[in-house]
Amino acid sequence: MKNYEVTFIVDPVPSADEIKSTAQTYQDMHKNEGCEIIAINELGLKGLAYEIKKRSSGIYYVIEFSNKDGEIINKLELALRRDQRIMRFLTVHLDKYGVKYNEDKRAGKIGSVKDRVKKEEKPTDVRDLRYTKTEAAPKPAPAAPATPAPAAETATTSEPVSVPEAVSTPEAVSTPEAVSTPEAVSIPEAVTTPEPIAAPVTETEAVSAPELDTPSESEVVEPTVVAESESEPAIKNDEE
Amino acid sequence: MASRDDIKFLSNPQLGQNRQKYCRFKKFGIKHIDYKDPDFLLQFINEQGKILPRRITGTSLKYQRKVAIAIKRARHLGMLPYVADLLK
Repeated sequence: MKNYEVTFIVDPVPSADEIKSTAQTYQDMHKNEGCEIIAINELGLKGLAYEIKKRSSGIYYVIEFSNKDGEIINKLELALRRDQRIMRFLTVHLDKYGVKYNEDKRAGKIGSVKDRVKKEEKPTDVRDLRYTKTEAAPKPAPAAPATPAPAAETATTSEPVSVPEAVSTPEAVSTPEAVSTPEAVSIPEAVTTPEPIAAPVTETEAVSAPELDTPSESEVVEPTVVAESESEPAIKNDEE
Repeated sequence: MASRDDIKFLSNPQLGQNRQKYCRFKKFGIKHIDYKDPDFLLQFINEQGKILPRRITGTSLKYQRKVAIAIKRARHLGMLPYVADLLK
């Protein structure tokens, strides 16, 4: 007896009953052919990475079964190929590690990567936000009139990606002066809670700013300037 | 003229301390790579959806083959794109 796993995507457009009956037909087919169904996993409606048959989402079903020498597979694949409701399918032979993996997954021993990645990323995001809001905007102003050596130091400490030479360019010196008023920096932080529309704008701009791999500092500073100037009139309107 | 202390910051101070790469499958004892887990496989492809080489991920040859197969299966099932732009 060998273990196999068939994954297929059902067209989401027909009604829910029809989708269930589609899955049921293949379930019955396994039983009629005398093979043992180990598990049926309905992954549910998922978005597709690219369009298949003009559809951008599909319902995923996974059936794990064991069969002697895979006698059912030819019949099963022929039926799947003929079925119009099936968008894609894939039959895979599972080795002993695959069987164990599926058992562990059913037992809940295997966590998803998504949760772990999210936990790791979140604190760094917060740090990025903090330094773009408080440090990155006002700091270049006092640093610019000073000697180029300390300016280069602040640039390297606050932003590891930026090239220090760019600090001495005239654009970088001129833009911070326009923003360096403390009101412009403090207002969006203070009024973030009652202003749900303006806050996301500043956040997204602030997040995108450090991720840009632009070499010159002037381009990195400017998007934050725009975000702050945009959020200011919106807040004023609310107060009126 | 810039003194030696100024020149120090012209290059990235993070350079030169490259960490030893390792195969995560060998280290953590992962024997099976699931093609139905696109979030996991996302770690082995670049922004354009291409499979990253071993020299970048540090995966051993045995598991690189399995990763490549899993990614190709995930692509077939529409869980990962064949071609993409700004995937991450």
